[in-house]
Amino acid sequence: MKKTGAQILCESLVKEGVEVIFGILGGSVLPIYDTLPQYPQLRHILVRHEQAAAHAADGYARITHRAGVCLATSGPGATNLVTGIANAYMDSVPLVAITGQVASPFIGKDAFQEIDITGITLPVVKHSYLVTDPADLAGVVKEAFFIAQTGRPGPVLIDIPRDVQVNEAEFVCPDKVNLPGYKLKPRVNAAQIIRAAELINAAERPVVIGGRGIIISQAYQEFREFVEKSQIPVVTTLLGIGSFPENHVLSFGMLGMHGMAYANMAVQNADLIIAIGMRFDDRATGDTSTFAPKARILHIDIDPAEIGKNLCVDIPIVGDIKNVLTTLNKRIDIKEHVAWISQINQWKHEYPLVDDREDAGLLPQYVIRRIYELTEGKAIMVTGVGQNQMWAAQHFQYVEPNSFVSSGGLGTMGFELPAAMGVKIAVPDSVVWSIAGDGGFQMTIQEMATISQEDIAIKIAIINNTALGMVRQWQELFYRRRYVDTLLWNPDFVKVSEAYGIPALKVTRKAEVVPAIHSALDHSGPFLIDFNVEREENVYPMIAPGAGLSSILTLPKVSKDSSF
Amino acid sequence: MLAVKHTLVALVEDKPGVLNRISSLFRRRNFNIDSIAVGSSEQPGFSRMTVVVRGDSAEVEQVRKQLDKLVNVVRVSDITYVAIVTRELALIKVKATAATRSEIAQIIDIFRANIIDVAANSLTIEVTGNEEKVDSLIKLLRGFGIREVVRTGRVALTRGNA
Repeated sequence: MKKTGAQILCESLVKEGVEVIFGILGGSVLPIYDTLPQYPQLRHILVRHEQAAAHAADGYARITHRAGVCLATSGPGATNLVTGIANAYMDSVPLVAITGQVASPFIGKDAFQEIDITGITLPVVKHSYLVTDPADLAGVVKEAFFIAQTGRPGPVLIDIPRDVQVNEAEFVCPDKVNLPGYKLKPRVNAAQIIRAAELINAAERPVVIGGRGIIISQAYQEFREFVEKSQIPVVTTLLGIGSFPENHVLSFGMLGMHGMAYANMAVQNADLIIAIGMRFDDRATGDTSTFAPKARILHIDIDPAEIGKNLCVDIPIVGDIKNVLTTLNKRIDIKEHVAWISQINQWKHEYPLVDDREDAGLLPQYVIRRIYELTEGKAIMVTGVGQNQMWAAQHFQYVEPNSFVSSGGLGTMGFELPAAMGVKIAVPDSVVWSIAGDGGFQMTIQEMATISQEDIAIKIAIINNTALGMVRQWQELFYRRRYVDTLLWNPDFVKVSEAYGIPALKVTRKAEVVPAIHSALDHSGPFLIDFNVEREENVYPMIAPGAGLSSILTLPKVSKDSSF
Repeated sequence: MLAVKHTLVALVEDKPGVLNRISSLFRRRNFNIDSIAVGSSEQPGFSRMTVVVRGDSAEVEQVRKQLDKLVNVVRVSDITYVAIVTRELALIKVKATAATRSEIAQIIDIFRANIIDVAANSLTIEVTGNEEKVDSLIKLLRGFGIREVVRTGRVALTRGNA
């Protein structure tokens, strides 16, 4: 039976198991929107800006491990998606972005709202399609989901001209994809496994660095078995948070620029680094020439191009983390590293994370810690980038798998609000907190309307220091406290929230924190709290940009007003 | 690290945008492409591409791996250090008068090149060979006055097993 391109698209999405589409309309997607009501299985969430559609689909995908879908019109609709697509690309998130395009005869004519979106997105997609015939659509959609969701996941763009949406073709759902150039899950090299096991068994001061690859591969069990059998202390990358329970005796927090001092010290003193599903990002390694100077490096990743990209490794293993660890676990010895672990515990004792100071006013660390306590650590925390992100990473103890959703690689302000929408829609029974800075919140603030309209019951915490906090911190530390355009005038966020129909509270003192969080949690719908925290509070510990992981800056003992 | 000329050969799907995907990857990694030659391969629907870039081996290996990840790239190898045969084709339009024509003809004879067009005041020459051969012919002809040169860039295949 013949169907229109729009119908073929919708049928194909249903076949892929899509339940939610995040999008906003425009001229070049009208045929798709006109067709949507025929497919009630496809829930459409109407966002207020296309960037939010991509971030929401991103959040949804991180939690479900299935491709999130976003939909936008041609031209500005499509370009507005780009930040969201890039964000998903950097963090290896499966995403299928569908854009309308002007009708085929107008392509290349600079027609109204025409833009070469497949060209613009080229460096930030895993793959992309410009569909020229409705008969190709079913195959393209199947390939797009397959590519987005397999191997190292990533975003795939499908650009569909208006006439392709309208014209009819026979709907034939292909039963398999034909991708001769797409290499999947390489067979794990047995010899490398044996060499790796030898290295692991012989190591005296080994450290595991857990990355997001463990979460993508859902290898929580295998990872835990590996760690417990070998008794190797674990640190994680920012996006590796949620790969291993942080209340475990072998968990030593996050490494990197704002990692725990003891995590970085463990790495710098290790004789073996076992890097699993991570990519040696500069925020994690600091200066690579001084990174883990005493260690051999074993790198396990599904992407062969990550091996040796940022630093030389001694033993690479390319493969899906779950498969690799299953094989490796059979080869490693039951070990103990009592002296080594007690050494790291000693560092942890000497350089603890502190979530409050008596002489201080309302500290952001204090806020995060109370959210942790009052949710009993069961919440999913969603952050954008900056100080709020680092405090959320440091002061909430992540025990549940995949409970931290954050913009890591791209570092996108404003990710937190729409991504939290996507997360909440994926797991409506979970408590979802969007942790925003006052700067980032205003980058996607318009989604408050979406949240209200769809009654998405997320809890929003604005860590409001009336500044672009992380940049202000850098200006303080590296530009002699010359605050150029980092201090913000803000609207009354409580009134703003109420105007959007979302109840809200302002918190200015420590004593108000717990009652406010209770109010948010007790309320069945969305709720916002504007935490007015100390303006010049900094994130510590810190490794200065470009420095090595051994150069740890901590809270200065001197008064903040003294110049340095 | 030593920047040497690397020869990469790739078997790619013959689809719109493939060349763009590949060239943009080189651009992103800050490689300047010396030459790129694309044409159909022995398999219908697939093209073979020869790319020459300068870089140290680790950098080129990184870009090779990134190329290999492209969905439309079936296979890509760095054949710089294996036994290969390479050729390049050049067309050279050189000034020629009645006085110089026979001298030019002698030179191109030595190079086993051909004259493919004769005009009143120019000759167009076709030469095939490795880049050094093409370079030296161009150098020799320069004295007569070269009007235009077009080169295909290197095409390469690994040698067959003896």
